[in-house]
Amino acid sequence: MEILMSFVIGILFTAATYLILSKSLLRIIIGTGLLSHGAHLLLLTMGGLKRGAAPLLGEEAPTYSDPLPQALILTAIVISFGVTSFFLVLAYRSYKELGTDNMDNLRGNDRHE
Amino acid sequence: MNNFVILPILIPLVTGIVLIFFKNNIPLQKWISVIASVATIVVSAILVQSVFTGGIQTLQIGNWNPPYGIVLVADMLAALLVLTASIVSLATLLFAFRTIGEPRERFYFYPVVQFLMVGVFGAFMTGDLFNLFVFFEVMLMSSYVLIVLGGTKVQLRESIKYILVNIISSALFVAAVALLYGVAGTLNMADLSQKISESGQTGLLTVIAVMFLIVFGLKGAIFPLFFWLPGSYQAPPTAITALFGALLTKVGVYSITRVFTLIFHHDTAFTHTIISVLAALTIVVGVIGAVAYWDVKKIIIYNIMTAVGVILIGVATMSTTSLAGSIFYVVHDMIVKGALFFLVGAMAILSGTFDLKKMGGLIKNHPVLGWLFFIAVVTIAGIPPLSGFVGKLLIVQGSLENGDYILAGVVLLSSLLVLYSVMKIFMNGFWGETKLSIQEEKGTTKGLILPTALLLSLSIALGLGAEWFLPYFNEAAETLMNPSIYIDAVLKE
Repeated sequence: MEILMSFVIGILFTAATYLILSKSLLRIIIGTGLLSHGAHLLLLTMGGLKRGAAPLLGEEAPTYSDPLPQALILTAIVISFGVTSFFLVLAYRSYKELGTDNMDNLRGNDRHE
Repeated sequence: MNNFVILPILIPLVTGIVLIFFKNNIPLQKWISVIASVATIVVSAILVQSVFTGGIQTLQIGNWNPPYGIVLVADMLAALLVLTASIVSLATLLFAFRTIGEPRERFYFYPVVQFLMVGVFGAFMTGDLFNLFVFFEVMLMSSYVLIVLGGTKVQLRESIKYILVNIISSALFVAAVALLYGVAGTLNMADLSQKISESGQTGLLTVIAVMFLIVFGLKGAIFPLFFWLPGSYQAPPTAITALFGALLTKVGVYSITRVFTLIFHHDTAFTHTIISVLAALTIVVGVIGAVAYWDVKKIIIYNIMTAVGVILIGVATMSTTSLAGSIFYVVHDMIVKGALFFLVGAMAILSGTFDLKKMGGLIKNHPVLGWLFFIAVVTIAGIPPLSGFVGKLLIVQGSLENGDYILAGVVLLSSLLVLYSVMKIFMNGFWGETKLSIQEEKGTTKGLILPTALLLSLSIALGLGAEWFLPYFNEAAETLMNPSIYIDAVLKE
């Protein structure tokens, strides 16, 4: 199961890298979304995918799955939520102000303001 | 156990929350932020002293024993950096009062600065890798807001790049933490260090170590990962650049220092060689940039890179001498970079441009500013009685003892070019023909001299009183050289 997950995560990272290297800002943001999906799945996978009950003591199961990676992912998810929403608003604002979403046109020299 | 340890994080956090409620009452915001900053300085000074007399101070949050709970650790390095960062933040606030302008102040400038300080202090003092990630994000999110606050075109353009680079490096950080958790099964730094020294640093752990180097190198702008720095730091107002230049890259450098002295220190032949090569290349690129530009802000920005390289050379050499030198140099550099950004900011306010070729003869009307700049120049170059000297001396001494003559040579040559680059600002900006008479100037330096003088006098004191301060730095280096001191303080209470 871990091997299958590793391949999926690898594909997510590949797609993210490809999208981040593209020219349109929106594609880049989609790429960062995929990148954080990949990182979160990696966290889950590296914590171990052994079978066990959900980490709720009420289950009274002999073994539970590892609760720590789940807590870490939850933290990482809200952080990337916050950052992504900021990034999206920033992209919207810069589309309105600068009139382009093409990264080539956002190059600019330093003298201009 | 010492509840005092959390105060440097708690004070700015509470202050930031309180300030949100006074959006339109700017004088009150200013007063509260200054009082909170002074309180942080006092608290962290007491913390330094208590670490000096009583050893490493730890706080197990919620009384959970490490490695199960999060632990805050104030060893000498963390305490010193917290103290320096709080002093720089106070000076930056004083500078920002005069320069930042009301539109930015109305949109939560002061609360966000406080949250930035929460992230910085937390990153210095945490004893847990994932908690370090969280504090990094606190710091980075505040820096995203600060870099784009005001919303000019340049800021929008550059903050897109800054945010993108940092999102990628954060995702890599999560991935590195995941891999390390998969291998070692713990995230507490002391526990990790112990587990890795028991199992030995296998190839897999070295790969993870290099991943951490990439992550922290992106934050700290080391050689192949520095590309975002010049543009991003150019965009925001000078007060914000000063805060970033003095603190943010240093947090990356601190994390490299911590991770490679505490956790991954068993295969130094590989990892530390990489660090020293990258550090040397960072210095080379930094001085090339500093010499090449005629934009005063750009010159100082590239000097940040040079300093990062010098510090990392001391870290990579891994001897008590060179580590003490590195720590001394970090403290010195945080103070002096803050002062230098203030000074070029003041020059730009006077002449209305950052272009050095359009300035000239400022010393005729502003002698105090000019001579302050001269002091900053000799300090940053490392001229003996001042603070830049001691750190570089120890770093060069450490690398010579180690037989790394090339590294020592690079550090010494870089001082020369750094001196040239800042002296270029002094000679062209302050000497020569006065291009603007006092009536034609675009602004005043009223109130800008005080924070600059504050930082520079501190830097002079640090240089002249080096004999008095060195025991602190030596103790910090001693703790870094012997991870067992740290592990014992955290795990065996």
